[in-house]
Amino acid sequence: MADLKITALHKYYGTVHAVRGVDLEIPAGEFTVLVGPSGCGKSTLLRTIAGLEDADKGTIEIGGRVVNHLPPRNRDIAMVFQNYALYPYMKVFDNIAFGLRSRNTPKKDIEPKVRRTAQMLAIDHLLDRYPRELSGGQLQRVAIGRAVVRSARLYLFDEPLSNLDAQLRDEMRGEIKRLHQELGKTMIYVTHDQVEAMTMADRIVLLRDGLIEQAGAPLELFERPATRYVAGFLGSPAMNFIDTRLIAAANGLALLLGDGTNLAVPQKRAGSLAKQVDQPVILGVRPEHLSRATQGERQGLARYTAVIELLQPTGSRTYATFNLGGTRAVAELQAHDVSAINQSIELSIDMNRVVLIDPATNRVLS
Amino acid sequence: MMTVKQRYALRTGVRLAAAVAITVLFLFPIYWLFMISFKTPEEIYSFPPKWYPGRIHFANYAVLFKDGDAITVWNSFVVAGVSSVIAMFLGSIGAYSLARFRTGGEHLANWIISQRMIPPIAVVFPIFLLYVWLRLVDTYIGVILLYTAFNLPYVIWMMRGYILDIPRALEESALVDGCTRWQVIWKVVFPMCRAGLFATAIFTFVFAWNDFIFALVLTRTEVATYTVQVTHYFGGQSNFWAKISAMSVLGTLPIFVITAFMQRYFVRGLSLGAVKG
Repeated sequence: MADLKITALHKYYGTVHAVRGVDLEIPAGEFTVLVGPSGCGKSTLLRTIAGLEDADKGTIEIGGRVVNHLPPRNRDIAMVFQNYALYPYMKVFDNIAFGLRSRNTPKKDIEPKVRRTAQMLAIDHLLDRYPRELSGGQLQRVAIGRAVVRSARLYLFDEPLSNLDAQLRDEMRGEIKRLHQELGKTMIYVTHDQVEAMTMADRIVLLRDGLIEQAGAPLELFERPATRYVAGFLGSPAMNFIDTRLIAAANGLALLLGDGTNLAVPQKRAGSLAKQVDQPVILGVRPEHLSRATQGERQGLARYTAVIELLQPTGSRTYATFNLGGTRAVAELQAHDVSAINQSIELSIDMNRVVLIDPATNRVLS
Repeated sequence: MMTVKQRYALRTGVRLAAAVAITVLFLFPIYWLFMISFKTPEEIYSFPPKWYPGRIHFANYAVLFKDGDAITVWNSFVVAGVSSVIAMFLGSIGAYSLARFRTGGEHLANWIISQRMIPPIAVVFPIFLLYVWLRLVDTYIGVILLYTAFNLPYVIWMMRGYILDIPRALEESALVDGCTRWQVIWKVVFPMCRAGLFATAIFTFVFAWNDFIFALVLTRTEVATYTVQVTHYFGGQSNFWAKISAMSVLGTLPIFVITAFMQRYFVRGLSLGAVKG
């Protein structure tokens, strides 16, 4: 049974239509990440699920029960907030115990529960401290502890890591994922960070302008995006988009670039593109699908001679910027593939893995 | 030529001397008030004046208690205390409503504080006529009602500022954790603005404690406050300085005690709303 079922949900702020008809089902035990740029409605959606905002239209069911008119405390949820939301006048122990006490948990059960949770999050030595005496990472652990100490059907996380520095964020990401595996509870996690979404989610729900753009497993969205938006949102550095025209060449279909180069489309992809011949098509190619060409032909690889304009070495990989058919593009190369700018090198494009997009609809052509 | 150290010492010395002089200047009337209350009539009127009484003499206070005049201090305490508690409670939840639910839109809060600016003398006579009709003149309820009404705008205005400074997520977190709105106010909002609550409560109490004009018009004998009582000692032929000073000391002491005990909250509460923009 689905732990959460949202049907045709709408939310307005005055004249702003923040959530514009969202349908979503989340099965029990799943870790779902709501991701999208700021203003896409992801936090609003989460807050509406929590009951901190009223839904204007549509229904929200938690555990098979419509909760639209229930206050947050009766929705069987726990939530972690972006700014920790810890009570500064209470010690860590009391902060974690707050929810248990509010729900009249028997006194003898509170202490063991708080201690067990604190142990799980490695904050058991901090129970006697006040929040002001803790570091950012410790505060976030306490905030998570306060949510997971209670047994709830749904656990909601509203950008919990965005106040932490990069290193701590990596660490906490793993921590939250481990917590999910240990508890096996349904969790909904909001973030604008696509790396967080990719690394943590069982399923990503990508939102745009108050609507779900695409939902699915992280790799499914990454490898088979439905729209240009999804293709461009996931992946770092972002996918390169190049304006081309699909033409019929001597040995099948090809993409004609602005500089007159032809990139052959693999035979197995050609079938579904017949209608698109002589039409403009956007070529979407991820930086990691561009590599330094090696000797010998391989099926599905197209060659392109590029002049490198900018190099950004990261240590293990080097990002090389060059002009691909009139558009600036980035290739993710091996560290020593290129050594200097203005160097001309032969690149190969993995045409089996590129996406082709109809510029009229911005949808990916199958 | 002075060394840097000497110059520093001189500057500190001058500052200290100025501070002492100013403090003495301000504290002298209070010192004098206390001293008169302990003097005999001869000492009070002696010339040249006696800077301190020959021996501490409590007769001036004893008279106030024997004549029953001291009860007016108790009356002040009851009306100021009860009206402050009511105004703090009603004002705080009103402020919460304004801050969190935007009750009354943008301008209601401004309108409310403008009510506090009405000169008491402008309304006291219409209120007196109303009270005569309602039989509230010279009753605790009548005075408490009026002080509460007059203090409410101030409490609402101050508390609204303090509440707006509390991050919303703290309240939302409590709502999710199982609290009702009332519990949120009690368990989160009040503790979060405790310093502000105390500072506002002190001001509210002091306003009622020090009020003269309302008490003068609306009380007679039953619930007359000490401020009204003091004026009875100013006579056409002579002034009862002994009684005036003893009663004034009785009226001043509670304020000293309150501010001394609450100073910590007081200073924090006053700066709390001010620092954050």
